Amino acid sequence: MAETNTITLRYFAWVREKTGRAEERVSLSPSVQTVAELLAWLKSRGPEYADAFARPGVIRVAIDQRHVKPDTAIADAREIAFFPPVTGG
Amino acid sequence: MTVSVQTEDFNAAAEIAALIAGRTDVGAVVTFTGVVRGDNGGRDLVAMTLEHYPGMTNAELEAIEAESHARWPLQASRIIHRVGELPVGANIVLVVTCSPHRHAAFQAAEFLMDYLKTQAPFWKKETFADGTSRWVDASDGDDAARLRWTQTSGA
Repeated sequence: MAETNTITLRYFAWVREKTGRAEERVSLSPSVQTVAELLAWLKSRGPEYADAFARPGVIRVAIDQRHVKPDTAIADAREIAFFPPVTGG
Repeated sequence: MTVSVQTEDFNAAAEIAALIAGRTDVGAVVTFTGVVRGDNGGRDLVAMTLEHYPGMTNAELEAIEAESHARWPLQASRIIHRVGELPVGANIVLVVTCSPHRHAAFQAAEFLMDYLKTQAPFWKKETFADGTSRWVDASDGDDAARLRWTQTSGA
């Protein structure tokens, strides 16, 4: 049996609206190792994901509630969040 | 140093009074209050809805506040950011900085706002008078404002 890594994915703002969910648990294939690879995998999961992740360059990502870059390794992340550039203040 | 993320309104005067109560060394207090503006690009706004990432929001605000204290001789500071649906005219955000002299307090308040606007996980959705709504786009100007703080002094 292939080893998988189960993590919580969270979506905010228009990423949440486009995917139609605020969070979910997923089992990641060991071949998905970086944030960029995870974004590519998400985009392939269906029409609503294809829409939400159509332009992966505009999506910001946080692993365990810290900002990360596309080349960051997922490693043993527990929670990964996806959101548009922030607009508070 | 304290940060709050809350739905309730705040009172800037009361926050200042609490920060300087019992102190005799504060010489400058700077406050910034962000308010829901009633128009954007000529369209009439009725409300702004603020979404955030609970957990990460407080951690980011605390990190930004700690960084401001590392850079300037601040004696006290306060950040309050509201979330939820806020009507036109409502307060959104408050930043207060206290220092012996004004330059540090002014600069630290600007730094806090520039970082908050580009790093803290909040998102604004505008609701217009015609019933439509849209997520606010991040501003290149905000990114530029933050980047000036990363340039080395004298550059």
